[in-house]
Amino acid sequence: MMWEIFWLGRAGQGVITASRLLASAALLEGKHVQAFPQFGAERLGAPVKGYTRISETPIEIHSAISKPDAAVIMDVSLLRGLVQSGNLPKAKLTVVNHGGDEELAKAVRRVNPKVWAVNATGISMGIFQRVIVNTPMVGALIKAMPIVSLESIEKAVLNRFPGAIGEKNVEAVRKAYESAEEVVL
Amino acid sequence: MGRRIGLMGDEAVAYAVKQCDVGLVSAYPITPQTIMVERISEYVANGEIDTEFVCVESEHSALSVCVGASLSGLRVFTATASQGLALMHEVLYAASGLRCPIVMAVANRALSAPLNIHCDHSDMMGSRDCGWVQVFAENVQEAYDWVIQAFKIAEHPDVQLPTVVNLDGFTLTHCMEDVEVLEDEDVKKFLPPRKPIYWVDPKQPMTFGAWAMPNYYYKFKLQQQEAIMRSLRVVKEVGEEFGKLTGRRYDTLYGYGLEDAEVAVLSMGSTSGTIRYTARRLRESDGLKVGALKLWLFRPFPEEDLVSALEKVKVLIVLDRALSPGAVFGPLGSDIASLMVKHGLDFKLLNYTYGLGGDEVTPEMAEKLFKLGLKVAEGAKPPSLTGYVREVV
Repeated sequence: MMWEIFWLGRAGQGVITASRLLASAALLEGKHVQAFPQFGAERLGAPVKGYTRISETPIEIHSAISKPDAAVIMDVSLLRGLVQSGNLPKAKLTVVNHGGDEELAKAVRRVNPKVWAVNATGISMGIFQRVIVNTPMVGALIKAMPIVSLESIEKAVLNRFPGAIGEKNVEAVRKAYESAEEVVL
Repeated sequence: MGRRIGLMGDEAVAYAVKQCDVGLVSAYPITPQTIMVERISEYVANGEIDTEFVCVESEHSALSVCVGASLSGLRVFTATASQGLALMHEVLYAASGLRCPIVMAVANRALSAPLNIHCDHSDMMGSRDCGWVQVFAENVQEAYDWVIQAFKIAEHPDVQLPTVVNLDGFTLTHCMEDVEVLEDEDVKKFLPPRKPIYWVDPKQPMTFGAWAMPNYYYKFKLQQQEAIMRSLRVVKEVGEEFGKLTGRRYDTLYGYGLEDAEVAVLSMGSTSGTIRYTARRLRESDGLKVGALKLWLFRPFPEEDLVSALEKVKVLIVLDRALSPGAVFGPLGSDIASLMVKHGLDFKLLNYTYGLGGDEVTPEMAEKLFKLGLKVAEGAKPPSLTGYVREVV
């Protein structure tokens, strides 16, 4: 069994960190993992794609994920663009940051089958006073698709961010985990 | 036994270097440099390793410093990618001609123009004939394992040649995977300090890199050729010893399904995994007679091992991740064609280029390749013997 996750956001928002945190948590649970980015232009604000693979057996494949089990869209403006252009990634599960715009989440649900949403921008602004939505989006994803436990994610977050910033990130994961909801029309 | 941790390819190479008790690292720190030397310089700055780190103004200088340090008897490492390797080009030949057992990691990336930072093998293929032992890693674990083995191969008294460990740029260098790392003590036992045969020593003056007239120059070069051919045996011995230590046995190549495969795909680097993954699926779910062959050792070219691995194959698809503009086949395809002539092999050879500038072979494309190969095995005419994978299938 292999799970494939696709992450989409903008450079600086923590796409790569999110893809690695999920992999690190799975590694703590004894799984085989792979987390890798796909860069466009290397500029702050440019769209960045990230991928995570989690498997019970060693992972041989080394190519980008085209049919993800879950697609996580971290940036509200990118999400809006994808909805308007009809280019939402196809995935069994879509997890989005609606940034407070619940109608946007519903627009995603009208196209994709199973959608979970969270206001990661709001959580991030409340805790960090800026938009770094990686840890909240990881929290929302594992609520919608419990591939790793919340405890493992928290452990991976504290390993990655020691000290006070780690505690704040754990708070962000928990808040998103608690407030993420499935979108129903 | 080792511990399993999550590392990016760059970090895994740096971690291996940290454990190999390297005397000197010299590198150019800016683009196209990798995180490898960034991590190594952190280890040095934190006092975690007793390595001299020499930061220089170009890759040409980086490798020149490495040559000097290696001649003084030190264990030496450097890393680069794409344009950086191109700028090192003339010093690559000096390093092998002077028999310096330097180890270098190359993050394989495209060459300009057009500007592109992503993976292909054009950089290494451009320096193919530099006289270094050349290995390619499939994943992050292999990149780590090969660096440790590379020092042992390079410094072996029968070899004394520089060795390059290739890992696919971004696909591996920036990919985090679970890696089983060895304990420091185990690496120390596997890789004792370098014992140079000759070294620059004021108390025992010797000449290195002397002028050689036509009557001697070719003799130096032929000795170099003999040394790289001797490294074949050493690569196998080191791979076996490493296997006893870790459970991961290395060799010159790794075959899957070749005991009865009618169609095999030969490749190097990270794509080998995607190919084997696809072959496994086609064999297990559809019972197709397909196989995958990964070449670990590109130079010296493991002729005998390839001949036995390909014994039963009817169609071989060779994948090249570099163009050889104007040539008959790509670099790897040409080698296989030569092998067929020299050893009288009889199978159908298809040679396709793929993955230039970060383009990749997906499992879907790999499946189409295998199916094309199976049709050719039944007697169908292929659309072309050469071409670009994405356009052929």
